[in-house]
Amino acid sequence: METIVEMRRITKRFGDVMVLDDVHFDLRRGEVHALIGENGAGKSTMIKILAGVHGADKGEVFVAGAPVRFENVRDSMNMGISVIYQELSLAPTMTVAENIYLGQMPRTSFGLIDDEKMIREAYSLLKRFGLDNISPVAKASSLSVAQQQMIEVLRALSRDCRILIMDEPTASLTDKEISKLFGFIKDLQDQGVAIVYISHRMDEIFQISDRITVLRDGRYIGTKITSETDYEELVSMMVGREFKNIYSTVKGSPGDEILKVVGLNRGTQVRNVTFSVRRGEVLGFYGLMGSGRTETMRIIFGVDEAESGDIYLEGNRMSENSVRNVIKKGIVLAPEDRKEQGLVLIQGIRYNISLSIMDQIIHGFRVDREREDRIAGEYVKMLNIRARSGYEQPVNTLSGGNQQKVVISKCLAATPKVVILDEPTRGVDIGAKHELYRLITELADSGTAVVFVSSELPEIINLCTRVIVMHEGRVTGELSKSELTERGVLKLALGGKLSATK
Amino acid sequence: MRQNEMGNIRTDRFQMALKEKSGLLLVLLILMLIFGFLTKGRFWEIANLINLLRAISLSTIVAFGMTLCIITGGIDLSVGALMAVSSTYCAGLIEHNAPTLVAVLAGILMAFAMGTVNGFLISRTPIPPFIATLSMMTAARGVAYMYSGGRPIRTPTGFGAVGNGYLFDIIPYPVIIALVIMIIMSILLNRTKFGRSIFALGGSREAAVFSGIDIKKTLWSTYALTGFLCGISGVIWASRTYSGQPTLGTGAEMDAIAAAVVGGTSMAGGVGSILGTFIGALIIQVLNSGLNYLNVPFYYNNILRGVVIAGAVLFDMHRKSGRGSVTAWFKSLKRGGDSADK
Repeated sequence: METIVEMRRITKRFGDVMVLDDVHFDLRRGEVHALIGENGAGKSTMIKILAGVHGADKGEVFVAGAPVRFENVRDSMNMGISVIYQELSLAPTMTVAENIYLGQMPRTSFGLIDDEKMIREAYSLLKRFGLDNISPVAKASSLSVAQQQMIEVLRALSRDCRILIMDEPTASLTDKEISKLFGFIKDLQDQGVAIVYISHRMDEIFQISDRITVLRDGRYIGTKITSETDYEELVSMMVGREFKNIYSTVKGSPGDEILKVVGLNRGTQVRNVTFSVRRGEVLGFYGLMGSGRTETMRIIFGVDEAESGDIYLEGNRMSENSVRNVIKKGIVLAPEDRKEQGLVLIQGIRYNISLSIMDQIIHGFRVDREREDRIAGEYVKMLNIRARSGYEQPVNTLSGGNQQKVVISKCLAATPKVVILDEPTRGVDIGAKHELYRLITELADSGTAVVFVSSELPEIINLCTRVIVMHEGRVTGELSKSELTERGVLKLALGGKLSATK
Repeated sequence: MRQNEMGNIRTDRFQMALKEKSGLLLVLLILMLIFGFLTKGRFWEIANLINLLRAISLSTIVAFGMTLCIITGGIDLSVGALMAVSSTYCAGLIEHNAPTLVAVLAGILMAFAMGTVNGFLISRTPIPPFIATLSMMTAARGVAYMYSGGRPIRTPTGFGAVGNGYLFDIIPYPVIIALVIMIIMSILLNRTKFGRSIFALGGSREAAVFSGIDIKKTLWSTYALTGFLCGISGVIWASRTYSGQPTLGTGAEMDAIAAAVVGGTSMAGGVGSILGTFIGALIIQVLNSGLNYLNVPFYYNNILRGVVIAGAVLFDMHRKSGRGSVTAWFKSLKRGGDSADK
């Protein structure tokens, strides 16, 4: 296969920080080349150089054998390179066709936009990629996330894109949508499009990629052919040391029941949910997207109101469930969307950590700075939060893993009895995941009850002492440690109809 | 030893605040030096400097409230109209021989009540702040006209001390009041739960909810407080001019927004400071009065002010981005600006 892109000896610094140091990368026609590494390994900078967002300090980029120098994004687009970022960039109120041809809509001879032609062309493009179930005149906002993602890809293709860069495209997709997207990627491959694929999910990488390049701390570690490598090898390349068992387990046995939820209802998303949690236990919550896990946790935390049902903490029925009250009583939640819900991104680490304990730190017009610094310092040290410039560093400059640690610090600072973690490892690199797993088991060992909501089966099975599975708003089963198998959990998550669906 | 450390921390914080404002102070200084040079030093005379402060004193009081509203991610367009309501009510009651104190309190209370209505609409209904306060702006102006019968209400002398008196025969009372309010507002914003809640709300509304912050209470208090400040400003104005003017504060909302924005408050919310707004107001006023001094025609004066507002904001943002040289900045513009840096 011919090489279509080659990046040689790329070096880039931001201020004093060496972000990329002598990195290589090459891409062949029609292949999916995965780029992996922990957060901060330099993947994003690498693709931004290829997309013309940044210029390299040193090194060369070749497209189809000829050296190129991109001044901006348009230059790289003209060479057929397009990036699909994690955050979707469709205009929600515009139609599918308008979104596909945004910035290059066909014109009539009067210079007006030729709607008819645009819709016709969009239709044939949709059809070519087997997306005829999407109407070209549907509003982008009416599409599912996966469909929106595919429309973004079509937009790139309509610009004659031959090199497609996908940055964590599956981060917010359901399993079903993922398999659809993968089918779509295969079609693209067959048509000769070369794809750079960035993801934290190793199972996906094995499923979709032909080759894998690993970066670590801004350096090139190696490129492997996917069929000739395995999970262990890649992880040790990414982390730089042997990595056998990344899961830790709870040592003690669970204590008394601390939180009890009885008959919780809210719309179709939470239906008659009943469960309880004990001290010193890691209770897993598994379910596919839309199964009602997050919605249940939001009610417990006081963000949403239940239509009926009761919540008991240490035997006492909880009333007046405002978030503030719930936190005070000892239940904390690290929300699913850490950037929107967990953190005030433009503020510093210390500010965010003390946000849920303002009552303890600010008395009238006096801020107990000493105490605030001490608490922040304690958690920065305990959770090993890596910040370059101290407690005041804005959290939007931290990596995903470190941001998650700040969210958890904020939760722990409230000295909780029950900690609810909603997808705490999403978008977090493997080193930080390992640290989070250890923290979770330590919390449980110290007598805290941990509710661990996750969509990743391996961590649910290896980390939890007990698992509750939800499907369409209902609890479909409860499995103890000894009953935990991937098949069993999945069966319940699909509503107990595993044999029928597969 | 411990004392010493704490002392250091405190001076560090002060230095940091100064450093953060260094770009703005530089703009202010440059403007003042230019005018000082062009007026052969007359611009720097004490009397002129005090006049400068007096000219901004009433509008900054309002701008401090506006700053809080903008930090929460909102805006208050009704500030000018609330000033008019407070000044006409105050003057009207004095005209009817009410005791001065009662009249003053009533004027302030009227504006505070209207601010409370703003707060109610914004925190308890889905009406966005822009629309809620736009409605209030229209309605309150109507109230001021109705009460005054459309004409200025004259008050007898004797009430004018607050607006026209001097401390030590040199510093006007309005300046003192504005400075005191500035200090109180600064403390409120930086050292209280209320202040932190305001920043959290503007930084990320959802994160504030998930942190147990009472969003409704915070929003409500912010707009009520802004109304209260408008009340104070309106009453002082009535005292200073011996009259209640239904037209008072026309366009004051735009001046307040300009002061806040020049002072580094972000219209996107979550960022801003009281000191910044004060310096912002000073920059605009220095320009205004400097150009007057030089007999620059009014129209040119407006054009230059517009240019300087945009220029000052750009300059300050550039300094804060820490990109260093201007050439680096142009390069980043060429690459599609900061937005490409995710």
